[in-house]
Amino acid sequence: MSDNTIHTLDIRDLHVSVEGEDGTAREILSGVTLTVRSGETHAIMGPNGSGKSTLAYAIAGHPKYTVTSGSITLDGEDVLAMGVDERARAGLFLAMQYPVEIPGVTVSNFLRTAKTAVDGEAPKLRTWVKEVNSAMAALRMDPAFAQRGVNEGFSGGEKKRHEILQLELLQPKIAVLDETDSGLDVDALKIVSEGVNRVRESSNLGVLLITHYTRILRYIKPDFVHVFIDGRIAEQGGPELADQLEDEGYDRFLTPTA
Amino acid sequence: MSLLTPSPTQSPDAHTHSGETMVPDASRAERTRSYAVADFPLPNGREEEWRFTPIDRLGSLLRDEPTGACLDWAESLPAGVTLTTMSVEEWQESGAPKPADRAAAVAAAHSGGVAVLTVPAEAEIEEPIRVSLRGNDGRVVHGHRLIEVGHHAKATIVLQHAGSAAYSEVLSIVAGDGADLTVVTLQEWDDDAIHLGQHDVVVGRDASVRHIAVTLGGSIVRLNTNATYAGPGGAFEALGVYFADAGQHLEHRLFVDHEAPHCTSNVEYKGALQGDGARTVWVGDVLIRASAEGTDTYELNRNLLLTDGARADSVPNLEIETGEIVGAGHAAATGRFDDEQLFYLMARGIPEAEARRLVVRGFFASVIRRIGVAEISDHLMKVIEEELRASDAALVAAAEGTA
Repeated sequence: MSDNTIHTLDIRDLHVSVEGEDGTAREILSGVTLTVRSGETHAIMGPNGSGKSTLAYAIAGHPKYTVTSGSITLDGEDVLAMGVDERARAGLFLAMQYPVEIPGVTVSNFLRTAKTAVDGEAPKLRTWVKEVNSAMAALRMDPAFAQRGVNEGFSGGEKKRHEILQLELLQPKIAVLDETDSGLDVDALKIVSEGVNRVRESSNLGVLLITHYTRILRYIKPDFVHVFIDGRIAEQGGPELADQLEDEGYDRFLTPTA
Repeated sequence: MSLLTPSPTQSPDAHTHSGETMVPDASRAERTRSYAVADFPLPNGREEEWRFTPIDRLGSLLRDEPTGACLDWAESLPAGVTLTTMSVEEWQESGAPKPADRAAAVAAAHSGGVAVLTVPAEAEIEEPIRVSLRGNDGRVVHGHRLIEVGHHAKATIVLQHAGSAAYSEVLSIVAGDGADLTVVTLQEWDDDAIHLGQHDVVVGRDASVRHIAVTLGGSIVRLNTNATYAGPGGAFEALGVYFADAGQHLEHRLFVDHEAPHCTSNVEYKGALQGDGARTVWVGDVLIRASAEGTDTYELNRNLLLTDGARADSVPNLEIETGEIVGAGHAAATGRFDDEQLFYLMARGIPEAEARRLVVRGFFASVIRRIGVAEISDHLMKVIEEELRASDAALVAAAEGTA
């Protein structure tokens, strides 16, 4: 999508709960308000259990997470009223922290099916194959990947590259990257970050980058940084906030419950 | 016959789980094999080989009497391949494996003759040999066939079963030394059909035999496939695909008996189930006898439960009497449809129905790829698509009904 339309993902006072194993609902997000526009990169940082991934899943519509109040809209359209697939077709993308294996479904078949669904028509075969091959080459993925089952036997790094490959090919309006950096060595982190930056530049993508560590922010520069604590945004600022967190950690946000 | 009606062979206390009736065979090899129907009492449903089968729904299939009915045949025989008949006595003298349960003994005793399909030695038959069998009136039919493939011959045989019948059959498949044989048995019966089959495969020295069972239609289908080796160096591969809908009972039992040394066996069965009362059973017995040094065997069964109310049993048994083997392994698992896979695909814009189809097709892909007979693989993919479309339609109807 090379047009200059500005798209807006608007999250207002979002409360999300998840059903525990004992069947009782537990609130994870307690009022999150956040706006992501085309061309902006927002980093969401926070300790484990602060609700970062819950936000990602709630945006994508995972059935395990229940939005109890608040709203999510994309260009004014009610995202919460959409099914999981409709959200993707509306232009939202979630790069998953733990991509699942789908045995027997080849990467090539999967990518073509997804592209067809998102665009509403099958891609032209010749240009599509070229596009896939060059995107894979840019992510230093072996062409043989295309004939493997989706995430089947992939290493952690391969799974994350495969997520970014989809980001490049599906060209969403707003992407949520859920701990895409976790489990990557420095080389893989660079390759994956370059991929994200290519899409940011070519399509004016809006990015919600969820991470536990600051190191990915050396390669993907955020415009805004939000610190998540206990299901709320405890502090927000510019890129300098990430540097500060790198030096100080999350300790100052975690008041002892005495 | 009903489970609650004691048969003459049962003791008065047959309804309690008395120790005598429940003692399992010490070895799979000890299971009775005989031409005589009398050697197989009417089952009561607690026997190891019958415990999963709804014997109260088998009607008169286990009755020791001829019916005179037969299936309609249509065959296409390439040049060199012949179809003849032999008497049951001749068949017994040929040394073909004996019946292993009452259904097979009844079928062999009352078939009235054996249809013999012969592929001559060293013949290389390119196109598949097709035999199509159709039941018309739901009557009890006893079938009895022998496939003889000469040494170093190569052939693919496709047996298609369709229509309505209560069919009990014995099929002996004897592959000569160095033969390369693929037998596909396709069960696409009407909803009311019953099919009990015993397929015995004898793998010649250095021969390679593939037995492929595809079971999609029928009320009850129970297929027992047994493999033995006539000499060293044989390879047996058994592939299976089944798809059970509401009320269907599809049962596949395999017994690979390794006695000759340096033989291999590989069993891979995959099944999907949808709808209330859909039921599948897979039993995979492998016996590696003390003499079977250098054996390499693996068996795998996977079941995918697409809806609630379906049940799949999966029972692998591995009996090993020698440590001098290359490998012996098994894997069996039954899983529900994985919602995380569905979420992953839908999060890429793929609608739910299409996502489900992708997952199910992917589930079957590994075994379908290995079938290697293009017309069967293509047909199978098409039928699975149709099954899934039907279930989509049912889901939509159900959703509209509750709306």
